Amino acid sequence: MIAPGTAQGVQVGAARAASEAGVRASTWQRSRQLVYDVAGVLVAAVMLFPIYWMISTAFKPGRDILTLTPKWFPSPFTLQNFQDAIARPFFVDDVRNSLFIVAVMLALGLAIAFLAAVATARFGFRGRTAYLVMIIGVQMVPLNALIIPLYLTLDSVGQVDALPGVIAVYLAAVLPFMVWTLRGFVANIPVELEESAMIDGCTRVGAFWRITFPLVGPGLVATAIFGFIQAWNEYIIAYVLLSSPHNQTLTVWLASFTTNHGPQWGPLMAGATLTGLPVVAFFLVLQRYLTGGLTAGAVK
Amino acid sequence: MAIATPDLEPVSDRAVRRARLLPYALISPSLAVIGGVLAFPLGMLVWLSLQHYGLKELIAHQGSWVGIDNYRAIVADPLFQQVLIRTLLFTFACVTLTVGLSTLIALLLLKVRSAVRVIVMSALVFVWATPVIVAVDVWQWMFDYEFGVINYVLTQLHVGNFIHHNWFDNPGQGWAVFVVIVVWGAIPFVTITLFAGLLQVPGDIIDAAHVDGAGAWYRFWFVTAPMLKPLFLIVTCLSTIWDFGVFNQIYVMLNQRPSSDFYTIAIYSYRESFGVTQYGLGAAIAVVMVLVLVVVTLFYVRETVKVAEVT
Repeated sequence: MIAPGTAQGVQVGAARAASEAGVRASTWQRSRQLVYDVAGVLVAAVMLFPIYWMISTAFKPGRDILTLTPKWFPSPFTLQNFQDAIARPFFVDDVRNSLFIVAVMLALGLAIAFLAAVATARFGFRGRTAYLVMIIGVQMVPLNALIIPLYLTLDSVGQVDALPGVIAVYLAAVLPFMVWTLRGFVANIPVELEESAMIDGCTRVGAFWRITFPLVGPGLVATAIFGFIQAWNEYIIAYVLLSSPHNQTLTVWLASFTTNHGPQWGPLMAGATLTGLPVVAFFLVLQRYLTGGLTAGAVK
Repeated sequence: MAIATPDLEPVSDRAVRRARLLPYALISPSLAVIGGVLAFPLGMLVWLSLQHYGLKELIAHQGSWVGIDNYRAIVADPLFQQVLIRTLLFTFACVTLTVGLSTLIALLLLKVRSAVRVIVMSALVFVWATPVIVAVDVWQWMFDYEFGVINYVLTQLHVGNFIHHNWFDNPGQGWAVFVVIVVWGAIPFVTITLFAGLLQVPGDIIDAAHVDGAGAWYRFWFVTAPMLKPLFLIVTCLSTIWDFGVFNQIYVMLNQRPSSDFYTIAIYSYRESFGVTQYGLGAAIAVVMVLVLVVVTLFYVRETVKVAEVT
């Protein structure tokens, strides 16, 4: 027997009221959902438009670019702008410089950061906290502010307009982040795995090499991609330190495009697309690590 | 009852000492790089700011000591005061808009159906991935006075007559353009970070507030926002640091020749040093810039360490 006022009675009553209101509520809810969805699509459209406009301009023939009424779609479609961009002086040189700088920087950076990551994740030692605080704090040093002393130091040893100086600066700029990220990856691998390998007869170094190192693989990939993006995108250090056009990097080439060649929007957009392409590709791989790492445990 | 102690291998003193030194050996290469390429120049920056260092000194690789004269000069310099205030206002506008809009988009992402969420997230990731220099070139084209798509759209929307409108003739409008560019580039990181944080807020707490009669605004302000406070602090500090040091967007947009109306503190420091070869003055300006950032950074480090301790 269900007496009015008991828990079950209230529940039955509430259920009936809910189903009567349901019809009205669902239309209201559906239109509200529609408003949200439309707003979301609008946000995406506004955010993406500049990128769309870059790609679309890059594929348009010149006469379709310089029109007072914009043409929204690239038809007819042409690859001429890309050919023009690549044929511009120093494009190939500067791509090669960018790749060389990134490659050397990553090889050094990963090795150095990995050692520090192991030290901070696997050992307790005096000064460990101070070291980690330093690693976080040093990421905030604005590179812009250091250009003057960096330039003067490199100038006094004759390394201005040479790639090693730029490589060293980029290395120092990304190293703190690399150490911090790799530390997280190493710390996440249970030390028990190493210990059991040692019980099974591995040496400490052997256990580390055979067990932990392969498991840190994804961390190394993520960190490498991060370093790649940072170095590939950097502008001001390369602009100040590298003065001759055949020594510069791709971003410097791109940023000086309008200054050097006047506003030729087609080839410029093609060059911009080519510069952005590898970054976007790598970024899509990296994105999941980045967001996960930044927010893990941030909310209690 | 005796417990058999395990037969410990005798460990030599040398092995112990080596084991104790190992972590220091492992961190020393990173310390050397960071010390040599970040810490040393930072110290040298302060040293340079106390010197007269012009073209002559550049050739001789030797500055002449002038004490705090450079600081006196910049404090008395009306342009420096203008630039500093302008940079602070610009930073404030960018950070407020970035965090505000990103919070709205993150909250919207909770409400939209999952297909729309995937679309918005992909758009954000693409924008996030776009290199700054690439983005600036695209905005330069979009804001072009003659064939720029933005002038066309604004005219079509009857916002006004923007045909052949040069946005950089008027500093106010020019700065508005830079706010748009910086905020557009900053929204993805902040939004995705905040959205990830929102997903970690336990739903039952929100439901409980709902049952207790809390409205949507109340639920956000008194339940969700306090839980996300560490995250808000972090994104606000990072945005402040990034926006205060803005250089590329303005410098490249204005074809590497910005007029003094468009100086940020970073551009001013650069012009003083590499434009008119007054490295001492440029260094003093950079030191002021670093000092402002140190305050923000200390705040950030404290919060990050707190977060790291929780994990």
